[in-house]
Amino acid sequence: MDWFYIKGILILSGINLMAVLGLSLLTGFTGLFSFGHAGFMALGAYATAVMTVKFGIPFIPALLVGGLTAALASLFIGRLTLNLKGDYFCIATLGFGEAIRLILDNIQYFGGARGWPGIPQETTLLKVVILNIIAIIILKNLIRSRHGRNMIAIREEELASKIVGIDVFRYKMISLLISAFYAGIAGGMLGHYATFLQPKMFSLVKSTELTIIVIFGGLGSITGSVLGAVVLTALPELLRAFAQWRLVVYGAAVIFIMISRPEGLMGGKELSFMTIKSVLRYTKPWRKIGAFTEGRRQGRL
Amino acid sequence: MTQLIQQLINGLSIGSVYALMAVGYSLVYSIMNFSNFAHGGVIMLGSYFGFFLLTLFKLPFTAAFLGAALGAAVVAVIIERVAYSPLRARNAPFLYFIISAMGASIFLENFVIATIGPTFKTYPPVFPKEPFRFGPLFVGRLDMMMFLISVVCLAALVYFIDFTKTGKAIRATAYNMRASVLMGINTDMVIIIVFGIGGALAGIAGVLFGMKYTVYPQMGFITLKSFIAAVFGGLGSLPGAVIGSILLGVIETLTSGYISSQLRDLISFSLLIIILVIRPMGLMGRITEEKA
Repeated sequence: MDWFYIKGILILSGINLMAVLGLSLLTGFTGLFSFGHAGFMALGAYATAVMTVKFGIPFIPALLVGGLTAALASLFIGRLTLNLKGDYFCIATLGFGEAIRLILDNIQYFGGARGWPGIPQETTLLKVVILNIIAIIILKNLIRSRHGRNMIAIREEELASKIVGIDVFRYKMISLLISAFYAGIAGGMLGHYATFLQPKMFSLVKSTELTIIVIFGGLGSITGSVLGAVVLTALPELLRAFAQWRLVVYGAAVIFIMISRPEGLMGGKELSFMTIKSVLRYTKPWRKIGAFTEGRRQGRL
Repeated sequence: MTQLIQQLINGLSIGSVYALMAVGYSLVYSIMNFSNFAHGGVIMLGSYFGFFLLTLFKLPFTAAFLGAALGAAVVAVIIERVAYSPLRARNAPFLYFIISAMGASIFLENFVIATIGPTFKTYPPVFPKEPFRFGPLFVGRLDMMMFLISVVCLAALVYFIDFTKTGKAIRATAYNMRASVLMGINTDMVIIIVFGIGGALAGIAGVLFGMKYTVYPQMGFITLKSFIAAVFGGLGSLPGAVIGSILLGVIETLTSGYISSQLRDLISFSLLIIILVIRPMGLMGRITEEKA
């Protein structure tokens, strides 16, 4: 268990977290279920790699290009599919994700199905952490804004939100666009961490994994997504000794979570500095008696 | 011309196997209104059951066939009991069903990898290699059997659903589950029967697929084709599922015959998106308007 190994796990968690944050906005806050996010990741990964390898653009601007490519694709795919209901949307995004993978399989410019080696390793732990913090801050502010509340309203009751005058299609589109942007950036970071790209890396399994992380962390909770991404990326690594059985356990655990605690780890709750402060305040062993009556007067206890 | 008819025949035989999968999937969708993503796992297990019954236990083909269907049906019912019925009891949103189904499919796939191994396995030859000859056309014995077995199974299913009392109960439950409960239909039993039928069809499809190609843990991937076929025909509509599957099979063989076999899957997935854009309810589906 040396630092190099732990660092690797942390970087992978951070990359997953970036994609999961976007998916959390889409699934957890807007209530749309996408199985095509690996497709957006693939687009971001290949676009970023083209920028750095073929055009020699520095890593961070290239990442932005990757994110924008995925976002552009989401505009196109959202236009076509966002009017679909429930399972139809799921299956449409699933088809989109697989189509992207199969298209990349056939483009010889990117090495086709054999893969594309020799991408420079640019993703460091520091960059991953900083990018994730920026992503979390943007996401948090978005969700607390009017737009975020509209998205949550759509999740809760689409018809009612339409009646009170929310442009449902537009907000679904914004949500898909931002989540695709995040997924594209995550893909770009993945490519420049693995130094190798192959369409196989972005199969349906990857989309499923991201969705499971969102659910495991809890729908509608950013804190949950962070916890979920770290725990579920680290867990299979720590279970390496089992190798073959770990994914069996993983599958069983997913079913178990669904039937026992479907709201996930955090389920709609957030861990903020305020909650930490209030928890500390009421568990302080040295707190004065007066704090109790003070709280009582304010109607808190 | 001969080549075209040849391709159409091949498409028909592969499409009929897709139909077996799509019907099982569509049946579950019509009752429970969610996509059973664990269907692929059941098909894969059915294929393995058939393989082991034929090679390890040296059973005759018919017995192995029925054994695989029965085994897959039992697996499907177990999945329903473990992964879905607790959710149903709690009236959970459809999202949770899908995640649970995906958990089940991850579990099945990796369980097989861990116990049996990730290698490809080939079925022993059941039918003689030389094809039937109709004038200038050749029809492989296996393709012929795939088509015949699928047609027989689908005919039996149609008879069951249209002319038996249980079939009536299934139709009633698909139409309105809550009203069916009030009318004294044991909807729990109906759901178990539907999963059993879907599982049996999946097992049969798995064996046919295994004989045509090979058996491997990830072969549940082919159910994506049955999703496409079901969407093509309209989710939850059985005739739609059959028509969609046959069309998909024909389109796929024509693509690999005339364009490139590498593009086959890509064409099917693009087809899916095109259909959803042009006619989202599928060929036979109805538009369900949401009411306030």
